[in-house]
Amino acid sequence: MPEISNLAVSCVGLKKHYADVKAVDGLDLSVARGECFGLLGPNGAGKTTTIEILEGLTPRDAGDVQVLGRTWEHDERDLRDRIGISLQETQLSDKLTVIETLTLFRSFYRNGPDPDDLLRDLSLDEKRTARVGKLSGGQKQRLAVACALIGNPDILFLDEPTTGLDPQSRLQLWDVVSRFRAGGGTILLTTHYMDEAERLCDRIAIVDHGHLIALGTPRELIAKLDAPYIIEFTSAPHLDESDIRAVTGCRGCTRRGDAWQLRVDSLAVAVPQLMGAIDARGAKLVTLSTHAATLEDLFVSMTGRELRDA
Amino acid sequence: MHKTRSPVVELTLARMREFTREPEAIFWVFVFPLLLALSLGFAFREKPPDKIPIGVLAGPHAKERFEALKKSPVLLPRIVNEEEAHLALRRGKISLLVAGDAAPVYRFDTTRPDARAARIEADGALQAAAGRRDVFRASEEHVSERGSRYIDFLVPGLLGMNLMGTGIWGVAFSVVNARMRKLLKRLVATPMRKRDYLLAHIFSRLGFLIIETVVVVTFGWLVFDVGVNGSLATFAVLCVIGGIAFTGIGLLISSRARTIEAVSGMANLVMMPMWICSGVFFSYERFPDAIKPFIRALPLTALNDALRLVMNDAASMASIAPQLAVLAAWAMLTFLIGLKIFRWQ
Repeated sequence: MPEISNLAVSCVGLKKHYADVKAVDGLDLSVARGECFGLLGPNGAGKTTTIEILEGLTPRDAGDVQVLGRTWEHDERDLRDRIGISLQETQLSDKLTVIETLTLFRSFYRNGPDPDDLLRDLSLDEKRTARVGKLSGGQKQRLAVACALIGNPDILFLDEPTTGLDPQSRLQLWDVVSRFRAGGGTILLTTHYMDEAERLCDRIAIVDHGHLIALGTPRELIAKLDAPYIIEFTSAPHLDESDIRAVTGCRGCTRRGDAWQLRVDSLAVAVPQLMGAIDARGAKLVTLSTHAATLEDLFVSMTGRELRDA
Repeated sequence: MHKTRSPVVELTLARMREFTREPEAIFWVFVFPLLLALSLGFAFREKPPDKIPIGVLAGPHAKERFEALKKSPVLLPRIVNEEEAHLALRRGKISLLVAGDAAPVYRFDTTRPDARAARIEADGALQAAAGRRDVFRASEEHVSERGSRYIDFLVPGLLGMNLMGTGIWGVAFSVVNARMRKLLKRLVATPMRKRDYLLAHIFSRLGFLIIETVVVVTFGWLVFDVGVNGSLATFAVLCVIGGIAFTGIGLLISSRARTIEAVSGMANLVMMPMWICSGVFFSYERFPDAIKPFIRALPLTALNDALRLVMNDAASMASIAPQLAVLAAWAMLTFLIGLKIFRWQ
């Protein structure tokens, strides 16, 4: 846990419910200054509700929130000047050009870069006079981040910054985030892409149903998974759970449709044994794949569901 | 170093750019009122009034009555049988039916002014044909002065209606659209002052109001010789206060709406009574006295009455004070309530 005086964002006992859904159910988080912190979880986990409460946009039912050591209740205007926000689904005005949009947002802040310089940094200078409505998804998202950066913020809040973007646009956006981080900025982002979280974040909080289920650096989190490798296979006919549990070094297994997924200590030990078990049953192997464990596997092992479709 | 303008200026510019880049908006604000003025102006241009169609019931006296009535400059008689007469009267194809034996019987709807006129005219024509002598011979003076023609009534009404429409739609569409796109939410996530956003709506509205008013007034002046007889300063003050009142109403109806459909319905609900009652195309003097105070309290009535007073009767600022007070009250009330209940997310 980082030192209190060094916190960019913190919340304790955060709760929020809509009608009968508990969107956030007693969440404690703290983000250090200069850190890139990720909220990872499936759709509906309460990520957006959490980040919007921290951004001072959604009222909370219970809990304490501090941003840069201040509260939204007392210092809203000052805080607004010091943070940059990209919401999940904002559509900026289609009829304005890129530079007009950015100049408008610049006028709200006391300090900040020249809009033209920022456009150059984000490789949007060629689209300077294009209407926002004519931009591609990736360009729109970069403009949204530009609007978040135009006030020279201490903290950048990004809600699902790359959802729906093509791979190249994602890389461009990751690059923008990394540069802001390298310049000493703090970032709080939500995502349901584990690769994004692993790549960008110093620390990650995995949330599900409004609860924190795991917290740590990507390396620490993967280490929490009791086995470093994953085997996925299908066979015809398929094997019983008892056959799979008998494999040496098998730490657990889950079945999805026809496929079995095993978490194992060692591929060199487990794969031959598994082949033997299939033979012994008189079954045939249909598919087989192996990989080193990821955050996705951690989520699956903790909840029995996948991030994408949970 | 980048020069930053104040947020109000930037927001106003943004609003004006958005508006001018919307071709449909240009049509409804600038072209439509001119087309309306043009078509109505020509429809009601000065010409001898149409003759009133009347029927003469077929019978022994029909022929001579028809001949007598035909001499009247305002009647257009034709001979009809009983069955035709009934239908024609009911459908308004004739305003009056002349029936009866030796003494004529006039059958007509007493609530129709043209029918009452036709009755007097027809009676005069038949009496004269039967040998009545006029006691004296009266002459006529026809009035068609500037300021008393129908077009003089119509142009201020159209201007008022246009200021209402553009004021309400201009704000309502833009606010609800921004809310639907979550742009309002994005804006309140910046240090922007909420007051500035709403002020920018007023300022951009006033910018277009000037253009709109100049276009309509110039058109009325060039094409129909309808001018502003009163002082231009009084006229300008009136247009600005009227414009702000309707911007306030637009703000109020869009303060909570989440969809364009909802705000359209609300805007129509608000404007419909004023289109009908506020004297755009015809005077509201015909409405019962009991409801006239309510009609006069409507912002469009106040604006239309005052516009006519200033444009046609050269009224002073003091003499349109009651109308200005009504408009100012609407402006203040709607802004205060609108701001209070405004939904930013």
